[in-house]
Amino acid sequence: MTGEQIIFLIVALFTLGSALMVVTTRNLIHAALWLVATLFGVAVIYALLNAGFMAVVQVVVYIGAIAILFIFAVMLTRKDLRDNTPQTNKNWWAGALVAALTFVGLVFTLQSWSGFSKTASAVPLGFDAISQLGEQLTSPTAYVLPFEVASVLLLAALVGAVYVAFNKK
Amino acid sequence: MNFWNDPLKVAAGWLEGIFTGWGMDAVLAHVLVVFLGVFLLITILMVLDIFLVWIERKVVARFQDRIGPNRVGPYGLIQPFADIIKLIIKEDTTPDGADKVVYNLAPILSMMSVLILWAIVPLAPVMLGVDLNVGVLFLIAAGAIGTLSIIMAGWSSNNKFAMIGGFRQVAVMVAFEIPMLTMLMIPTIFAGSMNMNDIIESQNVWYFIISPLGALIFLIAAIAELGRAPFDLAEGESELVAGFNIEYSGMKFGMFYAGELLHAFTFGGFWAILFFGGYRFFGLEQVSPFLAILILVIKAMLGYWVIMWVKYTMMRIRIDQMLGFNWKFLTPLSFALLLVTALMNTLLRGADGWLYILGMFLANVVTAWVALEIARSVSKKERERVEGVKQVAEVHHS
Repeated sequence: MTGEQIIFLIVALFTLGSALMVVTTRNLIHAALWLVATLFGVAVIYALLNAGFMAVVQVVVYIGAIAILFIFAVMLTRKDLRDNTPQTNKNWWAGALVAALTFVGLVFTLQSWSGFSKTASAVPLGFDAISQLGEQLTSPTAYVLPFEVASVLLLAALVGAVYVAFNKK
Repeated sequence: MNFWNDPLKVAAGWLEGIFTGWGMDAVLAHVLVVFLGVFLLITILMVLDIFLVWIERKVVARFQDRIGPNRVGPYGLIQPFADIIKLIIKEDTTPDGADKVVYNLAPILSMMSVLILWAIVPLAPVMLGVDLNVGVLFLIAAGAIGTLSIIMAGWSSNNKFAMIGGFRQVAVMVAFEIPMLTMLMIPTIFAGSMNMNDIIESQNVWYFIISPLGALIFLIAAIAELGRAPFDLAEGESELVAGFNIEYSGMKFGMFYAGELLHAFTFGGFWAILFFGGYRFFGLEQVSPFLAILILVIKAMLGYWVIMWVKYTMMRIRIDQMLGFNWKFLTPLSFALLLVTALMNTLLRGADGWLYILGMFLANVVTAWVALEIARSVSKKERERVEGVKQVAEVHHS
């Protein structure tokens, strides 16, 4: 086993463990903080894959914005943070079944893919992933349409949020 | 390769030679040497941090027409060590009902969010921790960890004042992250890269001269991110006692305090890197890496001094003023400036060097002037709405 694999295993175990804590812990704020740990683990996995941009954006967007928003929402909407109610309802087994089936299906689909057992080729020296990404996102022959549609969708959501929150006089 | 031309590489090679000579695995030796390098950098920063306490106290004393610490050691230089001994031997209290793990983790995360920033600081042309191609975004990502540490401290203390202070601080940090990120895009446009070292290397003319408004907005956003006056409403003493760190005592409070000082110095350094040419100063950085470090430290100190100058001469603003200032003025202005800069950069791409600088400078001045005119007319209307009677009263008076 190489050093990289050992690091990957540690990070993956950490990510999975904290993800498990998110759904099992009683305290909602603790769940949000464990979620931060999970997202951080995912960022580390991105970094291990040489995707520095994705790793940093993961931290900026998910930890810096979304997790903070979660914590705020929990603090501002719950009257009592000492939760004593059970986290699961009687349908927990159905959820577990769907999750297990999805996992099995994913593994099955991936195994029939030829690249599943190959090791990835090394990133060529001087390969600039960010400028490639930027060009792809703004090139008419590539992904400019999905990119713009997503932007318009976000803008619409923003305007909608302002409209809902706007205090009509 | 000479030690004086590339000290880091030579020292690392020498150490790795020793470790492998002891029969250590080459990879392990490399990891160990990198770890030692990180350890050395953090140690130097923490020692610097001790003296920053002294610098901060001396400078605030001068601003307030006092002398400052002058009893312990020459010019009071040993004062911070006395402070540290005091902080260490103080009782370490944990409030009742505090969330112990989160409570103890928060100061560590706070300090970490500052120290991690130094991974991407290019100290000299050949001395940089990580040559990250997304350096600019890394700055914001580290700030996200700082935000998290504050909300953790505020929540886990089981204290209403701490909680309100934490909320306020997070509101400030989340709000000012947007103008800051937008202003970080301006050096990126000029340099064509988000790499800190590339940004420095391409500054044949300081970006402060090309984009003075961008540098100013970055400074304002940085001060807000630091939670320093006039944006220190998180620790409004008269209403919140001390803010999010109210329940912390001893060295745990010391971590927050030292973290804040080092953060201010670090942002002074980033201001210098992004807008004042970093370690470059008329080719002096080519003479020796040590001279380059000295130039960067002097520039960072000057930036830190400006931040202190603002802190000790401005009054604290209210939270609604802060949010209004950010969302209604600074954010639209930074977006407009980004658009203008990108547009001018494309228009002037083929232009002569001087024309480019002049065009960019004038574009900045015009943007700032338009923004201030709009702000003035809006605030004039607002003033008339609030105190419209005043003018009538004045007429009667005369």
